[in-house]
Amino acid sequence: MIRLPFVLLFSSLLFSAGVYGVLARRNAVMVLMAIELMLNAVNVNLVAFSSSLRDVGGQIFALFVIAVAAAEVGIGLAIVILLFRNRASINVDEVNLLRW
Amino acid sequence: MSAQEYAFAVVAAVGAISAIAVVTARNVVHAALYLVVTLLSVGATFLLVGAEFAGWVQILIYVGAIVILFLFGLMLTKAPIGRDTLDNQRRWLGVLVALGVFAGLVFLIDQAFPLADARPFEALRANTGSVGAAMFRDFVLPFEAISFLLLAALIGAIVLARKDEGT
Repeated sequence: MIRLPFVLLFSSLLFSAGVYGVLARRNAVMVLMAIELMLNAVNVNLVAFSSSLRDVGGQIFALFVIAVAAAEVGIGLAIVILLFRNRASINVDEVNLLRW
Repeated sequence: MSAQEYAFAVVAAVGAISAIAVVTARNVVHAALYLVVTLLSVGATFLLVGAEFAGWVQILIYVGAIVILFLFGLMLTKAPIGRDTLDNQRRWLGVLVALGVFAGLVFLIDQAFPLADARPFEALRANTGSVGAAMFRDFVLPFEAISFLLLAALIGAIVLARKDEGT
Protein backbone atom coordinates (compact mmCIF):
# COMPACT_ATOMS: atom_id res chain seq x y z
CA MET A 1 0.00 0.00 0.00
CA ILE A 2 2.56 2.54 -1.16
CA ARG A 3 1.74 5.68 -3.08
CA LEU A 4 3.30 5.55 -6.55
CA PRO A 5 4.91 9.07 -6.64
CA PHE A 6 7.14 8.20 -3.67
CA VAL A 7 8.63 5.25 -5.54
CA LEU A 8 9.07 7.39 -8.67
CA LEU A 9 10.85 10.08 -6.65
CA PHE A 10 13.23 7.47 -5.20
CA SER A 11 14.02 6.21 -8.67
CA SER A 12 14.59 9.69 -10.09
CA LEU A 13 17.02 10.41 -7.25
CA LEU A 14 18.93 7.20 -8.05
CA PHE A 15 18.97 8.21 -11.73
CA SER A 16 20.30 11.71 -10.99
CA ALA A 17 23.05 10.30 -8.78
CA GLY A 18 24.00 8.01 -11.68
CA VAL A 19 24.07 10.93 -14.12
CA TYR A 20 26.39 12.85 -11.80
CA GLY A 21 28.64 9.81 -11.40
CA VAL A 22 28.99 9.28 -15.14
CA LEU A 23 29.81 12.95 -15.71
CA ALA A 24 32.15 13.55 -12.77
CA ARG A 25 34.12 10.34 -12.27
CA ARG A 26 37.43 9.72 -14.02
CA ASN A 27 37.92 6.12 -12.96
CA ALA A 28 36.34 3.82 -15.57
CA VAL A 29 35.15 1.30 -12.95
CA MET A 30 33.36 4.10 -11.07
CA VAL A 31 31.67 5.18 -14.31
CA LEU A 32 30.40 1.60 -14.72
CA MET A 33 29.05 1.69 -11.15
CA ALA A 34 27.17 4.92 -11.88
CA ILE A 35 25.66 3.27 -14.97
CA GLU A 36 24.46 0.45 -12.71
CA LEU A 37 22.74 3.07 -10.53
CA MET A 38 20.87 4.42 -13.55
CA LEU A 39 19.82 0.91 -14.67
CA ASN A 40 18.54 0.27 -11.16
CA ALA A 41 16.47 3.45 -11.26
CA VAL A 42 14.85 2.16 -14.45
CA ASN A 43 14.19 -1.19 -12.79
CA VAL A 44 12.51 0.48 -9.81
CA ASN A 45 10.18 2.31 -12.19
CA LEU A 46 9.40 -0.83 -14.20
CA VAL A 47 8.57 -2.88 -11.12
CA ALA A 48 6.55 -0.11 -9.44
CA PHE A 49 4.41 0.47 -12.55
CA SER A 50 4.04 -3.28 -13.09
CA SER A 51 2.75 -3.64 -9.55
CA SER A 52 0.38 -0.67 -9.69
CA LEU A 53 -1.00 -1.53 -13.16
CA ARG A 54 -1.36 -5.20 -12.13
CA ASP A 55 0.56 -6.53 -15.12
CA VAL A 56 3.48 -8.86 -14.55
CA GLY A 57 5.19 -7.88 -17.83
CA GLY A 58 7.05 -4.98 -16.25
CA GLN A 59 8.76 -7.26 -13.77
CA ILE A 60 9.86 -9.55 -16.59
CA PHE A 61 11.40 -6.60 -18.38
CA ALA A 62 13.14 -5.64 -15.14
CA LEU A 63 14.63 -9.15 -15.12
CA PHE A 64 15.77 -8.65 -18.72
CA VAL A 65 17.37 -5.34 -17.73
CA ILE A 66 19.23 -7.14 -14.93
CA ALA A 67 20.52 -9.69 -17.46
CA VAL A 68 21.63 -6.94 -19.85
CA ALA A 69 23.34 -5.16 -16.95
CA ALA A 70 25.23 -8.34 -16.08
CA ALA A 71 26.40 -8.71 -19.67
CA GLU A 72 27.37 -5.03 -19.77
CA VAL A 73 29.44 -5.28 -16.59
CA GLY A 74 31.22 -8.37 -17.88
CA ILE A 75 32.21 -6.75 -21.17
CA GLY A 76 32.90 -3.38 -19.54
CA LEU A 77 35.28 -4.80 -16.95
CA ALA A 78 37.04 -6.88 -19.61
CA ILE A 79 37.61 -3.67 -21.61
CA VAL A 80 38.78 -1.83 -18.48
CA ILE A 81 41.28 -4.59 -17.63
CA LEU A 82 42.55 -4.59 -21.22
CA LEU A 83 42.89 -0.80 -21.03
CA PHE A 84 44.82 -1.05 -17.78
CA ARG A 85 47.13 -3.66 -19.29
CA ASN A 86 47.89 -1.49 -22.31
CA ARG A 87 48.04 2.01 -20.78
CA ALA A 88 48.63 1.33 -17.05
CA SER A 89 45.77 3.72 -16.27
CA ILE A 90 41.98 3.59 -16.33
CA ASN A 91 41.43 7.32 -16.35
CA VAL A 92 38.72 7.94 -18.93
CA ASP A 93 40.03 11.47 -19.59
CA GLU A 94 43.26 10.01 -20.97
CA VAL A 95 41.58 7.56 -23.31
CA ASN A 96 41.20 9.75 -26.37
CA LEU A 97 42.58 7.57 -29.16
CA LEU A 98 39.44 7.99 -31.27
CA ARG A 99 39.29 11.75 -30.80
CA TRP A 100 39.96 13.85 -33.89
CA MET B 1 0.54 6.44 5.89
CA SER B 2 0.51 2.69 6.08
CA ALA B 3 3.16 0.50 7.68
CA GLN B 4 4.50 -0.41 4.25
CA GLU B 5 4.90 3.24 3.42
CA TYR B 6 6.94 3.86 6.58
CA ALA B 7 9.11 0.88 5.73
CA PHE B 8 9.55 2.19 2.19
CA ALA B 9 10.48 5.65 3.53
CA VAL B 10 13.29 4.14 5.62
CA VAL B 11 14.49 1.93 2.74
CA ALA B 12 14.38 4.81 0.25
CA ALA B 13 16.24 7.18 2.58
CA VAL B 14 19.02 4.63 3.14
CA GLY B 15 19.17 3.88 -0.58
CA ALA B 16 19.26 7.54 -1.60
CA ILE B 17 21.99 8.46 0.88
CA SER B 18 24.16 5.52 -0.12
CA ALA B 19 23.55 6.23 -3.84
CA ILE B 20 24.93 9.73 -3.33
CA ALA B 21 27.80 8.21 -1.33
CA VAL B 22 28.59 5.89 -4.28
CA VAL B 23 29.24 8.82 -6.59
CA THR B 24 31.03 11.00 -4.03
CA ALA B 25 33.14 8.51 -2.04
CA ARG B 26 36.89 9.10 -2.19
CA ASN B 27 37.82 5.45 -1.79
CA VAL B 28 36.82 3.18 -4.64
CA VAL B 29 36.28 0.15 -2.40
CA HIS B 30 34.01 2.20 -0.11
CA ALA B 31 32.05 3.24 -3.20
CA ALA B 32 31.57 -0.43 -4.13
CA LEU B 33 30.34 -1.21 -0.60
CA TYR B 34 27.91 1.75 -0.69
CA LEU B 35 26.70 0.34 -4.00
CA VAL B 36 25.84 -2.89 -2.15
CA VAL B 37 23.65 -0.91 0.28
CA THR B 38 21.91 0.89 -2.59
CA LEU B 39 21.27 -2.37 -4.46
CA LEU B 40 19.91 -4.00 -1.29
CA SER B 41 17.52 -1.09 -0.77
CA VAL B 42 16.35 -1.40 -4.38
CA GLY B 43 15.76 -5.10 -3.75
CA ALA B 44 13.83 -4.27 -0.58
CA THR B 45 11.73 -1.81 -2.61
CA PHE B 46 10.90 -4.61 -5.05
CA LEU B 47 9.80 -6.82 -2.15
CA LEU B 48 7.71 -3.99 -0.67
CA VAL B 49 5.77 -3.45 -3.90
CA GLY B 50 5.06 -7.18 -4.09
CA ALA B 51 7.61 -8.20 -6.71
CA GLU B 52 8.97 -11.20 -4.84
CA PHE B 53 10.93 -12.91 -7.61
CA ALA B 54 12.42 -9.69 -9.00
CA GLY B 55 13.51 -8.67 -5.49
CA TRP B 56 15.39 -11.88 -4.78
CA VAL B 57 16.90 -11.94 -8.27
CA GLN B 58 18.07 -8.37 -7.70
CA ILE B 59 19.80 -9.37 -4.47
CA LEU B 60 21.27 -12.59 -5.91
CA ILE B 61 22.53 -11.20 -9.21
CA TYR B 62 23.54 -7.69 -8.22
CA VAL B 63 24.86 -8.13 -4.69
CA GLY B 64 26.04 -11.68 -5.25
CA ALA B 65 27.62 -11.40 -8.67
CA ILE B 66 27.92 -7.92 -10.14
CA VAL B 67 29.43 -6.25 -7.08
CA ILE B 68 31.94 -9.09 -6.80
CA LEU B 69 32.88 -8.42 -10.43
CA PHE B 70 33.32 -4.74 -9.59
CA LEU B 71 35.56 -5.59 -6.64
CA PHE B 72 37.66 -7.84 -8.87
CA GLY B 73 37.87 -5.02 -11.40
CA LEU B 74 39.05 -2.63 -8.70
CA MET B 75 41.60 -5.15 -7.43
CA LEU B 76 43.04 -5.83 -10.88
CA THR B 77 43.39 -2.13 -11.69
CA LYS B 78 45.35 -0.30 -9.03
CA ALA B 79 43.04 2.67 -8.62
CA PRO B 80 44.43 5.83 -7.05
CA ILE B 81 42.49 7.16 -4.08
CA GLY B 82 41.51 10.77 -3.44
CA ARG B 83 39.10 13.29 -4.84
CA ASP B 84 41.42 14.95 -7.34
CA THR B 85 42.37 11.70 -9.02
CA LEU B 86 38.88 10.22 -8.90
CA ASP B 87 36.80 13.16 -10.10
CA ASN B 88 37.53 15.39 -13.05
CA GLN B 89 37.94 19.12 -12.81
CA ARG B 90 34.51 20.04 -14.17
CA ARG B 91 32.46 18.14 -11.64
CA TRP B 92 30.40 21.26 -10.83
CA LEU B 93 29.01 21.03 -14.34
CA GLY B 94 28.07 17.45 -13.48
CA VAL B 95 26.31 18.62 -10.31
CA LEU B 96 24.41 21.19 -12.38
CA VAL B 97 23.32 18.63 -15.00
CA ALA B 98 22.31 16.07 -12.35
CA LEU B 99 20.27 18.65 -10.42
CA GLY B 100 18.64 19.74 -13.68
CA VAL B 101 17.72 16.13 -14.51
CA PHE B 102 16.35 15.63 -11.01
CA ALA B 103 14.29 18.84 -11.12
CA GLY B 104 12.91 17.92 -14.53
CA LEU B 105 11.94 14.43 -13.38
CA VAL B 106 10.30 15.75 -10.20
CA PHE B 107 8.33 18.26 -12.27
CA LEU B 108 7.17 15.55 -14.68
CA ILE B 109 6.21 13.16 -11.86
CA ASP B 110 4.27 15.92 -10.14
CA GLN B 111 2.44 16.70 -13.39
CA ALA B 112 1.62 13.09 -14.19
CA PHE B 113 0.93 11.75 -10.69
CA PRO B 114 0.09 14.66 -8.35
CA LEU B 115 1.02 13.71 -4.81
CA ALA B 116 -2.09 15.40 -3.42
CA ASP B 117 -4.52 12.93 -4.97
CA ALA B 118 -2.23 9.90 -5.11
CA ARG B 119 -3.83 6.89 -3.54
CA PRO B 120 -1.94 3.86 -2.24
CA PHE B 121 -2.13 1.08 -4.79
CA GLU B 122 -2.93 -2.52 -4.02
CA ALA B 123 0.37 -4.23 -4.83
CA LEU B 124 0.28 -7.05 -7.37
CA ARG B 125 1.62 -10.06 -5.48
CA ALA B 126 3.67 -11.65 -8.25
CA ASN B 127 5.21 -14.84 -6.93
CA THR B 128 7.73 -16.94 -8.80
CA GLY B 129 5.00 -19.08 -10.35
CA SER B 130 3.14 -16.23 -12.01
CA VAL B 131 6.36 -14.59 -13.22
CA GLY B 132 7.57 -17.87 -14.67
CA ALA B 133 4.24 -18.60 -16.33
CA ALA B 134 4.14 -15.14 -17.93
CA MET B 135 7.77 -15.34 -19.00
CA PHE B 136 7.44 -18.70 -20.75
CA ARG B 137 4.02 -18.00 -22.18
CA ASP B 138 4.34 -14.46 -23.52
CA PHE B 139 8.05 -13.62 -23.51
CA VAL B 140 9.76 -16.75 -24.84
CA LEU B 141 11.46 -15.03 -27.78
CA PRO B 142 12.94 -12.15 -25.69
CA PHE B 143 14.06 -14.74 -23.15
CA GLU B 144 15.94 -16.70 -25.80
CA ALA B 145 17.40 -13.50 -27.20
CA ILE B 146 18.66 -12.43 -23.77
CA SER B 147 20.17 -15.88 -23.19
CA PHE B 148 22.04 -15.62 -26.47
CA LEU B 149 23.19 -12.10 -25.57
CA LEU B 150 24.57 -13.33 -22.24
CA LEU B 151 26.41 -16.19 -23.95
CA ALA B 152 27.90 -13.79 -26.50
CA ALA B 153 28.92 -11.37 -23.75
CA LEU B 154 30.54 -14.19 -21.77
CA ILE B 155 32.60 -15.38 -24.74
CA GLY B 156 33.45 -11.79 -25.65
CA ALA B 157 34.65 -11.02 -22.13
CA ILE B 158 36.87 -14.12 -22.10
CA VAL B 159 38.34 -13.27 -25.52
CA LEU B 160 38.98 -9.65 -24.50
CA ALA B 161 40.53 -10.31 -21.11
CA ARG B 162 42.74 -13.33 -21.79
CA LYS B 163 46.42 -12.82 -22.30
CA ASP B 164 47.80 -13.62 -25.74
CA GLU B 165 50.34 -16.32 -25.00
CA GLY B 166 51.97 -16.04 -28.43
CA THR B 167 50.54 -18.51 -30.95
